[in-house]
Amino acid sequence: MKISEVAKILEASFVCGEDMKDIDVTNAFACDLMSDVLAYVKDSDGALLTGLANPQVVRTVAMMDMRCIIFVRNKNPDSKSIELAQQNGIAVLKCRHNMFTACGLLFESGMRGDEDE
Amino acid sequence: MSEKRLECMFFSYDVDGGNFDSAGMASVDTKSRLKRLGVDKELIRRISISMYEAEINMVIHANGGKADVLICPDKITVTMKDTGQGIENIEQAMQEGFSTASDRIRAMGFGAGMGLPNMKKYSDKLTVLSEVGVGTTIIMEYYL
Repeated sequence: MKISEVAKILEASFVCGEDMKDIDVTNAFACDLMSDVLAYVKDSDGALLTGLANPQVVRTVAMMDMRCIIFVRNKNPDSKSIELAQQNGIAVLKCRHNMFTACGLLFESGMRGDEDE
Repeated sequence: MSEKRLECMFFSYDVDGGNFDSAGMASVDTKSRLKRLGVDKELIRRISISMYEAEINMVIHANGGKADVLICPDKITVTMKDTGQGIENIEQAMQEGFSTASDRIRAMGFGAGMGLPNMKKYSDKLTVLSEVGVGTTIIMEYYL
């Protein structure tokens, strides 16, 4: 699913990386615990939905080779986080939905989780 | 695909323990260096994740330390050395879910007790040397 489609489905706005809107994200993971992102995300090129906004979220996503962060509940990343995302080629979206609704909307549209069958 | 043979190379970082916001800088930099050297993407991912875990641990528990990366044609070795409080029970620390991190660290998304298990999972060989009151050295090896 293209990042632009993700944005449309979630009625999300781009915080940065709008030039990446045509890039495909292959799967999604939703979590506020970065330790779990490091432990359980297997595929690269995915998206992370999170309500935690700090620079470590961006570094974690960069380490996992993920392409997109979606901040739920209208969380605002600080300038350091935005700068890091830009340096690492990560698109950042922000939406008003809570985690449950955001995940549900994406799932309904065909997005699947990063997990074993 | 042609395999590029790596030349021996060494680089080192001081990990600042005072600032959680900057934690992970050494790992991010190592990742981009390995990328430029043309190292296999999956191997870079394994090295980055395990080094990042070790770096975060160093900031959370040991007030920083030193991160060394040694690249050889057959092996990449990441050594993380601190002079922190040390690990009392290494076997216990290796268990998934065991953590002594503070609530402040947990609120930042870490301290789930997956650090050492992840280092073990993503490296080919993990060595943990630790003495209470002296410090901890983590050696992670990755075979090429």
